[in-house]
Amino acid sequence: MRETVIKVENLGKQYMLGVIGTGTLTRDLNMWWARIRGKENPYARINQDGSMETGAHWALQAIDFEVEQGEVLGIIGKNGAGKSTLLKILSRVTTPTSGSIKIKGRIASLLEVGTGFHPELTGRENIFLNGAILGMSKPEIRNKFDEIVDFSGIGKYIDTPVKRYSSGMYVRLAFAVAAFLEPEILIVDEVLAVGDIEFQKKCLGKMHDVSEKEGRTVLFVSHNMAAVKSLCTRAMLLNNGRMEYSGNVYATVEKYIEKNISAASDGTIPEGAGIGNIGKGRFTRSYITNDQGQRVSELYFKQPFNIHLELDIRKALKNTLISVMITSAEGEAVAYAAPTDVGYRSLDLEPGHYAIDVAFDVTLLPKHYSLNVGLVYFSTGETIDYVERSYEFNVSNLGVKQELTYPWDTVHGYVEPKTEWTISKQ
Amino acid sequence: MKTIDNEGPERWDLIIRPKTSLLNWQLKELWAYRDLILLFVRRDFVSIYKQTILGPLWFILQPLLTTILFTVVFGNIAQISTDDLPPVLYYMSGIVLWNYFQECVTKTSNTFINNAQIFGKVYFPRLSVPVSVVISNLILFAIQFLFFMGFFVYFVWQGVDIRPNMTIIYFPVLLIIIGGLGLGFGIIISALTTKYRDLKFLVDFGVKLLMYATPVVFPLSSVSGKYKLLLLANPMSSVIEAFRFSFLGKGAFDWTYLGYSASFMIIVLVTGILIFNKVEKNFMDTV
Repeated sequence: MRETVIKVENLGKQYMLGVIGTGTLTRDLNMWWARIRGKENPYARINQDGSMETGAHWALQAIDFEVEQGEVLGIIGKNGAGKSTLLKILSRVTTPTSGSIKIKGRIASLLEVGTGFHPELTGRENIFLNGAILGMSKPEIRNKFDEIVDFSGIGKYIDTPVKRYSSGMYVRLAFAVAAFLEPEILIVDEVLAVGDIEFQKKCLGKMHDVSEKEGRTVLFVSHNMAAVKSLCTRAMLLNNGRMEYSGNVYATVEKYIEKNISAASDGTIPEGAGIGNIGKGRFTRSYITNDQGQRVSELYFKQPFNIHLELDIRKALKNTLISVMITSAEGEAVAYAAPTDVGYRSLDLEPGHYAIDVAFDVTLLPKHYSLNVGLVYFSTGETIDYVERSYEFNVSNLGVKQELTYPWDTVHGYVEPKTEWTISKQ
Repeated sequence: MKTIDNEGPERWDLIIRPKTSLLNWQLKELWAYRDLILLFVRRDFVSIYKQTILGPLWFILQPLLTTILFTVVFGNIAQISTDDLPPVLYYMSGIVLWNYFQECVTKTSNTFINNAQIFGKVYFPRLSVPVSVVISNLILFAIQFLFFMGFFVYFVWQGVDIRPNMTIIYFPVLLIIIGGLGLGFGIIISALTTKYRDLKFLVDFGVKLLMYATPVVFPLSSVSGKYKLLLLANPMSSVIEAFRFSFLGKGAFDWTYLGYSASFMIIVLVTGILIFNKVEKNFMDTV
């Protein structure tokens, strides 16, 4: 049996809302004065039903788990599920409200890359400073110094102040220090890692080395389900500060996606959400269905989908055009579609409720998307109703089958065109 | 907590719990991170020096200009007594000591705010930051002190009647009292500023004002009655007076007053460490 290196028992973290302090002394004195006179807190938030907000929010609650030496544990969950709080407690940046964590060996996180680097100091000085902040002793750093410099490729610039380094050199040096820290337990938070794709790849690579070759323990937090699946041996799913599921990585990822599917909004478009709404008609609903007919907010990579729209027409409309657009998270149009046979087709609509299903044959690459829906007059282009971001959905990099999984970290573009490749040697 | 375990007693390197005892000052840990403290000192020193045109010259220019100003304003214009000492030596001795105290208080009072980014990412004993500040200020003080000694030697060589005496050997004790007071006040303020940002302004201003409630520009001997008592309530007063007595032969070297200052320093420092350690644990949640 392998040794347990992390033991988390009944861990909880409570944030007090509004009780921490109002930020200025006078308000706090007022609050205190009100309290001793038995009056209500003058700064307490009042909820819509008139009750006072007591202000306790559990960011984490009743978390129990153990990690064995050499295990790679994935921690997944939506934003706000408590992943970052858990990491903060583990790296001792903040303390828990209840429970305990017991740890064997040194724990370090790749978040700390470059922490405490001072621009005026030389590369050499920064290696020592950064190393000491990360908990290395001077002899330890001295022993690894040459290796660190080698790995970073900084070479002759080691005695130049780091403010003269290019950003690439800076990151390489910072990473080199962290890489040679050699902690027994490594925390990798891909979610918070610096945006640099090159660097993220390096983190993942290092993580792989650390766990596979050196048999060390890794805690991996990520939104990238494919990476979690390929790197982790076990995973746990956090939801609203509680542990929803823990076990085999495949089962946990499955649960996460399932949860996202069932959590899909019903796509209702509230009145007034659109622009150009002149009372003639409006969209009431829009959503995506997968090939099983389920309403979803998460699609597997290459999974066929339909777009479903519902339209309320109040006055008879002639010569209109219905259109639907898939946009990127940034709002760029990715794909546009309108009823078409030979050319685009105009429609005459009688008052009533319409359901529209659009079979969409396009392969979206793993990214976040939303829908824009529009109803306009065909000839003039005058808007009858146009709703931006009427529905949001995500395309996972996981395929329905393993071989359909999107294999890279970088995603170029949004759609995969149908192509045929003819390669012949000449 | 005791566990009865078949595998025998478990050994853990680190146990993270909600609260540690008030008496756990983590001084042992601070010692383990001594390399870091020295590197912080070096960083502070190098970075201050690198961002200026005149470089380390500033360290002596500042007390020199202040001394000239005080000599003109308080000595020549207001004609305040300097205990029959050359005004330059008199003012500079007070300024150099007061500077050390002031720098310790103001620079350590920023600890949490200035280091929020680093503190939010990685754990190391937080106390190492203010301690390193006190040490780097001690180096600055040493430079200014040597500068003062230059003037001292010059005046002695000129034949001015200056009588340093054996109490000079207690000079390190005076420095410890000043450093301790500065650190203690500084970390109390730094802990409070995590909640009340407005305190910062009060401190920068207040420390400057407090100088006038300390015998820097006037001698203790020129004050009497309740003002003297008020002046002696200030723990910095007896230290500055003692320093002048040791080096210049005028002033008051009084063990009662110094004892008071030392006790004051210990109380402030202990309170400071307690508050600092308490705030340090959850400060990331409030910033």
